[in-house]
Amino acid sequence: MIHLTSGELMASITVLVLSIFLGFELISKVPPTLHTPLMSGANAISGITIVGALFAANARLSAGDHVMATILGFCALVLATINCVGGFMVTGRMLRMFKRKGK
Amino acid sequence: MELAPLLYDLAYLVAAVLFIFGLKFLSSPRTAPLGNSLGAFGMFLAVIVTLLKMNAETGIIGWPVILAGVALGGLIGGVMAKRVEMTGMPELVGLFNGFGGGASALVALSEGLRARGAFVDPDPANIGDIVFPIAVGTSSLIGWVTLTGSLIAVFKLNGVFRKNVFLPGQNGIKALLFLGCLAMIGGLVSTPGSVALMVGLAVAACVLGVLFVIPIGGADMPVVVSFLNSLSGLAAAATGFVVSNNALIIGGSLVGAAGLILTGIMCKAMNRRFLDVVFKAYGGGAAEASGEKRTVQGYEAEEAALVFDGARSVIIVPGYGMAVSQAQHVVQEFATVLEERGVDVKFAIHPVAGRMPGHMNVLLAEASVPYDKLFDLDEINSEFSDCDVALVVGANDTVNPAAKTDPGGPLGGMPILDVEKARTVLIVKRSLSPGYAGVDNDLFYRPSTMMLFGDGKKMLTELLMAVKEL
Repeated sequence: MIHLTSGELMASITVLVLSIFLGFELISKVPPTLHTPLMSGANAISGITIVGALFAANARLSAGDHVMATILGFCALVLATINCVGGFMVTGRMLRMFKRKGK
Repeated sequence: MELAPLLYDLAYLVAAVLFIFGLKFLSSPRTAPLGNSLGAFGMFLAVIVTLLKMNAETGIIGWPVILAGVALGGLIGGVMAKRVEMTGMPELVGLFNGFGGGASALVALSEGLRARGAFVDPDPANIGDIVFPIAVGTSSLIGWVTLTGSLIAVFKLNGVFRKNVFLPGQNGIKALLFLGCLAMIGGLVSTPGSVALMVGLAVAACVLGVLFVIPIGGADMPVVVSFLNSLSGLAAAATGFVVSNNALIIGGSLVGAAGLILTGIMCKAMNRRFLDVVFKAYGGGAAEASGEKRTVQGYEAEEAALVFDGARSVIIVPGYGMAVSQAQHVVQEFATVLEERGVDVKFAIHPVAGRMPGHMNVLLAEASVPYDKLFDLDEINSEFSDCDVALVVGANDTVNPAAKTDPGGPLGGMPILDVEKARTVLIVKRSLSPGYAGVDNDLFYRPSTMMLFGDGKKMLTELLMAVKEL
């Protein structure tokens, strides 16, 4: 459960909308060579949900009523970590292969 | 006034700024490795801040759960990233997309379950009672769709599941499911914490994800994978509202926007509207297009090699067939041998060649082809008329002149590589079978075309031997 005033909500929605516009501006001109690394790098960034997963997994497994919530949090944490670690590593691996002429 | 919460929020903002720079740098070849490192560092920072914040506020009471989760996830992710072959990249990116979406959906479900019974807030200024269930519902909906949709896409990409399934009235079913999901989100607002609604929403969204991808064929996968990438970001942004965290909202919506841009680029390259890809689901059904059966004489590698004798410029056009037969290394070797003979060699890359955006570029990079030898459709199309040999390796629809001659056909209006303008067109392909679009390729039957029937890697190896002996 969260505690939220309408001012805080409005600030969050503003952040959301502006970030979407910022995203469009940031990547509107990407050379085709980078389409795959951009996608996999962006995908790794979407692993930021790991922050939520950490909150969700921060409980004792014996904590009565919420055991299920903690197990789900654990699963979320595993998936999010795979997403982050794997995503950034594989993007790095790909980028190291790209070379210019004469190198 | 307490300073600590402010510091945590500032640190999250720094992480978000690192993501912004990361994405910006990822869009130029020179700065891309730095961009990736900045993104990874931002993620590391966000995790550390979260642990510090939890330690200060509630204590890290679940440290065994957290350590186990991070260790297991890190191990699996690391091994997958190290082991994957470049040809398996579309599947891996698809799978990671799905995991990101699944993680967001699980966070929402977990927080939703934990908040049961906590919905009587005496503070009338708190609108969290309304925002929280909507955020949980939205994150679940997008997250589960991303997870199951990505899994189906991965199965299609690695060939476990090739069939494009068309249910009668599937668009109606999808619309009903979607409306049902929205209704359940609405239900969560009036009866917050309802387990039945949360589970029902999860099931409906999972089915929706499956139905979304299952009718879509392989060659449309670049569009689908880009769109799922966007969804995984939006799911994270929705989760940001569940846990009230700006880093998630910013990072997630940046990725959402990036994925949408790629989706748009892919659709444009196929001259299709996104809605048509999703709802018309061209799954290559009409394969038996023309009744007449035409035959064509195949050539041997030794005969074909002769066209390279005296050739001054060659353009190589790779397609999905190159990825399937893993021919990128021998293609690179072939290009090097030609260059040693003084031939000008370029690569023409169609934006949707292969199964994900930039698929051919990654494969050729793996085979050490410098990226400044790869040219985009717009850059290279005018050069085919001056080129001696266009060597097509496992591409079909992206070079099919029917895109121009038959504007009403399935390929109508799709921008193609004008290989037909080259003096000689050499096509390495397993058979005459039509490509994904189910349209017979007139190019195969032209007098200036030579067909080399066989597996891409095998035929190119033979061709390489023959050219070396010229």
